[in-house]
Amino acid sequence: MIINHYKKALCAAVAISVSAIGITSVDASDWGPYKVEDRRSGYTYMTDESRAMQADEFENPGMLWVEQGGDLWTETEGKAGKSCASCHGETGEQMKGVAASYPAYDENMGKMQSVEQQINFCRENRMEAKPYKWESEEMLSMTSFVNYQSLGMPVSVAVDGKAAPFFAKGKEFYNERRGQLDMACSNCHVDNAGGMIRANTLSQGQGNGFPTYRLKWQKVGSIHRRFRGCNKQVRSTPFGYGSDEYVNLELYVKWRGRGLPVETPAVRN
Amino acid sequence: MAKNVKPRVRTPKKATKGEVIEIKTLISHKMESGRRKGKDGKLIPRSIINKLEVTFNGKEVFSADWLPAISANPYMSFFVKVEESGEFAFKWTDDDGSVYEKKSKIAVS
Repeated sequence: MIINHYKKALCAAVAISVSAIGITSVDASDWGPYKVEDRRSGYTYMTDESRAMQADEFENPGMLWVEQGGDLWTETEGKAGKSCASCHGETGEQMKGVAASYPAYDENMGKMQSVEQQINFCRENRMEAKPYKWESEEMLSMTSFVNYQSLGMPVSVAVDGKAAPFFAKGKEFYNERRGQLDMACSNCHVDNAGGMIRANTLSQGQGNGFPTYRLKWQKVGSIHRRFRGCNKQVRSTPFGYGSDEYVNLELYVKWRGRGLPVETPAVRN
Repeated sequence: MAKNVKPRVRTPKKATKGEVIEIKTLISHKMESGRRKGKDGKLIPRSIINKLEVTFNGKEVFSADWLPAISANPYMSFFVKVEESGEFAFKWTDDDGSVYEKKSKIAVS
């Protein structure tokens, strides 16, 4: 009797340890391009279902915005009678590499420019059209389309030379405690990446998949929307879309994920 | 008609007789449930696609009633056994009465 009981208990113990190995092996598995040194894309924190959704271009709902962006690309607007395609070619192929290298230093502005700001610069000065609002459907479609051209390319932003002071500001922002909860970006995304924040898994907060289709949002959103959400959650006043603070932070966050592939449009929960 | 509605379907171009094929559909739609409140505190009126019907050579092969809990940009896939060449016709019906349609041909040998 006693032996039998012992055997049963042993079997149960083996079963538990096997399932425990099953859980840990997820982290130990080979993530291919999605993990560079100790830097992990948000992709590696998702469920298999979300990853499958991202991988299949048909199933990926972010592709709806990419398609809409493709339509806007060739649409003539503004007094100059031009479309994006007038200067940059019909297919958008020339935009390859943009997502991997932005935000980039702009000589005329004397500061960093994000993809959104570059699009609006072109709209105002080249097309003489009205600029898009930051989080509008049109802007999200256009940035999705532009960034999608770099799909799979490793992120590589320039942080030296003229960009260096802005990079330093972004880094300072990242590590600076703020809000009533007195938390810095790094408290979650460096100290506790992989842990839980209530029911959500904290990722390393890499910026390689934006605009990202977030299941919670039920649409794609910019990285600045994500920044604002995080800032609100630590009970601080968020900065504006396209503010210098966020563009500098975007540069630092992109640098943190250097080498990770551009995943636009990524699917996250 | 709700804004920016764009249906997409994916069916195989070719199949063998009696094969079971997977059909995937995706449509962009806000699928407003009618339960959310706007900034003014008032309910945002419901606006969803409430029906998807799929026919093959005029004969219904799949249909689904959609309810407010269905997410935005609904994706739906299903399996069909094909016996002959023909055309799938997809029809989504919106709350406001608009109909979004898409067609797709398949050659069965």
